[in-house]
Amino acid sequence: MTTIMDPTDERVPIARTVSPRPPEIAGTLALLDISKPRGNVLLDRLEELLAERLPAVEVNRYSKPTFTKPAPQALRQEIRESNDFVIEALAD
Amino acid sequence: MPALLPAFSLRGLDGRTHAFPRSTKSVVCFVKEDCPTCNLVLPLVEALHGHAGLDILVAGQTAEGNTILARRHALSAPVLDDSDLTVSFAYDIETVPLVIVADAEGVEADRLVGFDRAEWRAFFERHAQDAAVDWDAYPDWRPGCGSLTQDPIISERLRATSENSPLRARRIETAPDDDVHEFMFDQGFSDGLPVVPPTPDRVLRMLEGTARDPQSVVATIPPNMAPATVEKIAVNAVLAGCSPEYLPVIIAAVEAACTDTFNAHGVMATTMGASPVMVVNGPIRERIGMNMGLSALGQGNRANATIGRALRLALRNVGGARPGGTERSTLGNPMKYSMCFAEWEERSPWPPLHVERGFDASDSVVTLFAMTGGPSLIVDQASRTASQLAGSFALSMESAHHVRAHTMGDCILVVSPEHVDTLRTGNYSKTDLRDRIQEVTSRPLRDLVADAVSGVGLDPARAAGMPAERLDRAAPKFSSGDNIHIVVAGSEAGKFSAFFHGWASGPRGSIPVSRKIELP
Repeated sequence: MTTIMDPTDERVPIARTVSPRPPEIAGTLALLDISKPRGNVLLDRLEELLAERLPAVEVNRYSKPTFTKPAPQALRQEIRESNDFVIEALAD
Repeated sequence: MPALLPAFSLRGLDGRTHAFPRSTKSVVCFVKEDCPTCNLVLPLVEALHGHAGLDILVAGQTAEGNTILARRHALSAPVLDDSDLTVSFAYDIETVPLVIVADAEGVEADRLVGFDRAEWRAFFERHAQDAAVDWDAYPDWRPGCGSLTQDPIISERLRATSENSPLRARRIETAPDDDVHEFMFDQGFSDGLPVVPPTPDRVLRMLEGTARDPQSVVATIPPNMAPATVEKIAVNAVLAGCSPEYLPVIIAAVEAACTDTFNAHGVMATTMGASPVMVVNGPIRERIGMNMGLSALGQGNRANATIGRALRLALRNVGGARPGGTERSTLGNPMKYSMCFAEWEERSPWPPLHVERGFDASDSVVTLFAMTGGPSLIVDQASRTASQLAGSFALSMESAHHVRAHTMGDCILVVSPEHVDTLRTGNYSKTDLRDRIQEVTSRPLRDLVADAVSGVGLDPARAAGMPAERLDRAAPKFSSGDNIHIVVAGSEAGKFSAFFHGWASGPRGSIPVSRKIELP
């Protein structure tokens, strides 16, 4: 038997469950551009399609200052407080 | 109130467990078999046995030795097995034989160390007057021997497992049938190469490399935003194969990597496959035997190889940056195993990297760069003038990322000694070298437009809308000469230099970070 010291942070990740799927898309929806090249092209098109199919949904556009760093806390909070849904254009 | 001696319970050769204190006056004698003085005194200890209310315990430091001692001296007193040395450690024994007299409560009443005939004789007069001892048969004096607990390796093991051990990390006990090396692979502790088992004694030895408190937090490591204590960094340094004197470099590197400026999260996560490249400057290079000469960027030197690896393992194990998790590199990069080297400052005519970055020449400093490629070799065995050679550097470096990628961010240029000598013929300073690279790589925008050969470059539609003078404007390879970080390394033979390509540079990506290395 060998005893070794744990090289990890020893934390147990918190298990989160996926939010229940809502019966319909209504209210406000956030489109988050992470600032990768052409992410805006994809989101522009998505916004057009959303306007056609779900004209009652209000769309808010957001962007991260840079794709290389996590979204600032204030931005995450704003998105959460002002929107019912979020679509994020990840990368590439 | 007098201090109580540590209580203990040990198994004897008689198969019984003997506890101390004894509820009567007792004598505990610590010995080891290969100590001549212990062998000298054991007949005397045996003579004490059975005397008026004296309860004798002999605690031997090796199991095999105990059997030998009991037979050799026909000991009737219980001979106890302290071969794991926990009791000897608790008594903080430096020298054996050590004889301690204790009362029924376990309070020390008397003590003898080694052999001094006069002292022993007086001891007998105090505790066993009627014992018949031929004192003339004994020498005047014999020194004792070092207790086994003083052996450096054993002492580390004992400190690591004692109650006041400075170690706080979780201890994982592998099953008796487990191969510890396979176990560590299975747990995901490794970068794919074998790792050294971080046993408590190895971690404790690693911590000798720094004066910092093992529990002090050096940095918060992304992506898990986990606190990296000195101890956790030491555990990963053991895994990586480091020697304790490397630890201060690794601590400084972790601190540098986990700044918002360096942006370790983005560096490790990017699909571009960036990796920290560490350059070490200052006196520590010699002190820990880093390589800055032949094969400085390659394998074969423990310090270079394992310091770079320790940083990576800390980011992986403590921070949680693992390929397939948040680490999303398309191709990966061998530098992600390790990339660390030292600058050969003494072979350079220029101020070394750390001095350029604001430190004193006598400081030991580690600088981290986020690089996606390299070392890319620049082969120039023909240029005989400084401007030609600098031109060659420029032409080669223009390929970084893509020939048409101009006004780029950081790169590292590693100039080899023979190339240094050529640049010296033209009295080139680092600034001259940077200027020449920028000059030779400058291209008018019209040459950098995307076309049928490659879709990379200035958008043709945008270019069509630009006035002619704008298209004639030249763009150098790097947004500033300051983005070209120049260091000297390599062997005396060979007209080969090399460069590393950067990643996203500046506040939107990663900015090189230097940290002074705190020496213990």
